[in-house]
Amino acid sequence: MKKIRIFAAASILGLSALAVPAMAEDVTLNALFMKQAGYSEEDVTAMTQAFTESTGIQVNPTFVAYEELAPKILTSAQSGGYDVILGDCIWPAQFAKAGLVMDVTDRVEALDLDDIYQGALDATKYEGKYYGMPWLNDVKYMFVNTALLKEAGIEEVPSTWDELIADAQTVKDAGICEYPIVGCYAQAECLICDYTCIAGSFGGAFVDENNAPTLNSEENIAALDFMAKTLTDGLCNPKSLEMIEDDVLSTFAAGSAVFAINWTYQYASMNDESQSSVVGQGVITPIPGTDKAESATVNGGMPLMITAGCQHPDEAWDYMLFLASKEMQAKYCANALPIWKSLYTDDQVIETAGAEVVAASQTQFDYIVNRPMVPYYNELSTSMQTEIQSVLLGQKSAKDALDGLQALAEELANN
Amino acid sequence: MRLRKEEERYAFGLIAPSMIVVFGVIIIPIITTFIYSLVNINPLSSHMGEFAGLSFYIKALSSKAFWDDLGRTLYFTIASTAIETVFGLLIALLLNQKFPGVRFLRSIIIIPWAIPTVVNGSLWKLMLNGEYGVINALLQRLHLISSYQSWLGNPKTAMLCIVIADAWKMTPLAVIFFLAALQGIDYTIYEAAKVDGAGMIARFRAITLPALRPTIMVIVVMRTVEKFKAFDIFYLMTRGGPANSTKTLMYDTYLQAFTNLNYSDAATYAYLIAIVVALMTVFYVRMMKRRDLA
Repeated sequence: MKKIRIFAAASILGLSALAVPAMAEDVTLNALFMKQAGYSEEDVTAMTQAFTESTGIQVNPTFVAYEELAPKILTSAQSGGYDVILGDCIWPAQFAKAGLVMDVTDRVEALDLDDIYQGALDATKYEGKYYGMPWLNDVKYMFVNTALLKEAGIEEVPSTWDELIADAQTVKDAGICEYPIVGCYAQAECLICDYTCIAGSFGGAFVDENNAPTLNSEENIAALDFMAKTLTDGLCNPKSLEMIEDDVLSTFAAGSAVFAINWTYQYASMNDESQSSVVGQGVITPIPGTDKAESATVNGGMPLMITAGCQHPDEAWDYMLFLASKEMQAKYCANALPIWKSLYTDDQVIETAGAEVVAASQTQFDYIVNRPMVPYYNELSTSMQTEIQSVLLGQKSAKDALDGLQALAEELANN
Repeated sequence: MRLRKEEERYAFGLIAPSMIVVFGVIIIPIITTFIYSLVNINPLSSHMGEFAGLSFYIKALSSKAFWDDLGRTLYFTIASTAIETVFGLLIALLLNQKFPGVRFLRSIIIIPWAIPTVVNGSLWKLMLNGEYGVINALLQRLHLISSYQSWLGNPKTAMLCIVIADAWKMTPLAVIFFLAALQGIDYTIYEAAKVDGAGMIARFRAITLPALRPTIMVIVVMRTVEKFKAFDIFYLMTRGGPANSTKTLMYDTYLQAFTNLNYSDAATYAYLIAIVVALMTVFYVRMMKRRDLA
């Protein structure tokens, strides 16, 4: 009898131990981040250490190249290999439909949404629900080497594509730069980002307000023809076809290009003496426009998301909130601008990010174009990369390529 | 009787760990992949979970993309294996001679093979870079090109560059195989042939080549199968670009699974790759047997 009582008491103690919620100190989160563009690995590590010091929650951050993010998420999300993941703005639709990430609508709606930029919010949204905490607020800009422009007798930075082409021709004819324009046109997502900017500035979009595909619109065809012509005219560097963002940055930083479209992080890198020979020569400006649109840029927002298999969603949300807090975003804004509107008048932000970057962002944020936020986007993007490259290589006409893509998009939308 | 049962239990206990590994890592994934190729496993599709029969196989075999992928895969496989075999044999013949420093050369020839594929791919990508690659600098100094070329950005040269990068890494393996076989040939046969007046080419054709035939077959079989399944070097150097000019069957399988979430298409591609590899292996084994009989 005594043995039974001891066993029962031990069982109750054991069960109650299980019922007690885990202390914050006992929780360890695994988080997945990107190590290119946006916040640097050092920044994220420092933010994470600050979080652990204030909460006692341990976090193991893993950093991978952008291209590795999606495969790692897809193979681990349901098993909870990572609790917190950094995702691109084009993924929430796919991840939500596949049940890979948690719906955090209630948590996001409890925030001061009026103080968050719409682009950053859009990057987390699918069918009216939020699937992540807005974190990385980024768009693409035009970077111009004004020293090379001045050498060719040009004082003004172009604000339209026509002006830019005229300037590029002048610089080329003067023998100052063989290929004044450089783009990241490799068979990768960066090509779609550049095309989104240029198509947007020609008044085009890939889907309409109901998410129905509009890939073969006249504006999109004109934009793609324009990109191909810059290559055939010898104004755009033909090596762009093997370049991603970092290659564009290094070409610009070596003084081998006058015009480059890239993310915010290029500003800090091109003004860093250890990696640039054009320090102080480059300016950041809004992407040029046409008579159809004054400017256009692509939404590069990246939210933090909680995976479906996460065992500690509350702690994961606390971590995400900490990383996206005003304090952290103001402190580490050199490589990525804050999501909070109120921080753009903050002296610390203006000083750290640079007054020029903050000023350019205030104009550029008004012209954000989203890539299609649809579940089938990744499959469409893979085909778009190939078809757009075929046009840039002169293998296909822009119309044929975009007609084919339109048919594919319609088929995928109806699948 | 009792002793026999105990022995059986003991034997089963000994093989149980390896059986768990074989079933868990090989058998179960093979079966699961086959099921995936017959059932719609695409979490984004409205037909998710529906039995599809052989429709994924029919879809793959009737698509132009599949045959284009197969063509590029065969080009890479044949070109790369041919380069490795020919250069492997030539280098082995050289290293089989006696000259000062031959031992040192035999030691360092292994270095490219010892380099991980990730390093090899990144190394060649840097060397072939259109803006600052050393290969452009070298060719320009030799006046073979007038300006820097985008080797990996041009559909006509991208696959050839990958073939060279892969062959550079794997040729040493063929060298080792050939060298081992060459050293097994009785040198007195060459002496006798010399006495009979056989020249260098005649000695190679009559003695060396027949003796190396089994080694050639082993290298060709081994390397063909490996190359047909190659993925990492494509992922590292071009990711299938430009304009799909380096997209192989294996790379497309990866794209279907990890970009498009079309797990059924990926499983179908994986099985079709396995079938092609199996057919190639059967063909090679039969050829080897026929040669043995001859």
